Amino acid sequence: MDLLFFGIAKDIVGKSQMIMDFGEDSPNSVADLKQALKKRYPEFSKLTSLAIAVNSEYAKDDVQLKSNDEVAIIPPVSGG
Amino acid sequence: MNKIIEIVQELDTHSVYQELSHPNSGGICVFVGSVREFTNNEQVVALEFETYESMALKEMDRLADAALEKWKLNKVVIKHAVGRKEVQDAVVIVGASSAHRSESFEACRFLIDTLKRTVPIWKKEMFKNKSVWVSAHP
Repeated sequence: MDLLFFGIAKDIVGKSQMIMDFGEDSPNSVADLKQALKKRYPEFSKLTSLAIAVNSEYAKDDVQLKSNDEVAIIPPVSGG
Repeated sequence: MNKIIEIVQELDTHSVYQELSHPNSGGICVFVGSVREFTNNEQVVALEFETYESMALKEMDRLADAALEKWKLNKVVIKHAVGRKEVQDAVVIVGASSAHRSESFEACRFLIDTLKRTVPIWKKEMFKNKSVWVSAHP
């Protein structure tokens, strides 16, 4: 799964973009992806919040992920 | 065009009056966010902003539409800077113009408050000996 990382999420995984292989646990939904990320990188559990964007829109937990989606990991935003 | 949405390297704070000026507007309200030197008594050297630009522009556009729907506004401006910003640099400008002042005042506050909650932009505070992603941890 091709993922984009921003802000502290980029620091946690060490890259701004990467193809992540979850093996047989490959996440089907946004909720699954959050859980898989937290399992692999416990630091994600310590954040104030964790959102996922699919094709540059905030995606709710029940959104299903397709292989050609642009998926981004959105840690707490702090613009302004 | 009744809205101007931009993500830029350098914010031009001088052009905003012309951008919001409108023959039917009797009031223009602008908020400018800038880099403050101290956070909790610690000296900030600079702020570094990054964004997920395609999504940020979409969210900013949605935000402008929400304000235009909520109040009777003639113009809306939302601009945010990215990259390294030093103390006193402008980092964000939001503004609205309307026939009377109250709509512009209310819209302006809504624009900046909502931008801070929803637009995917991140800021890192650079101190002398460390750096911190703002709001990342409780």
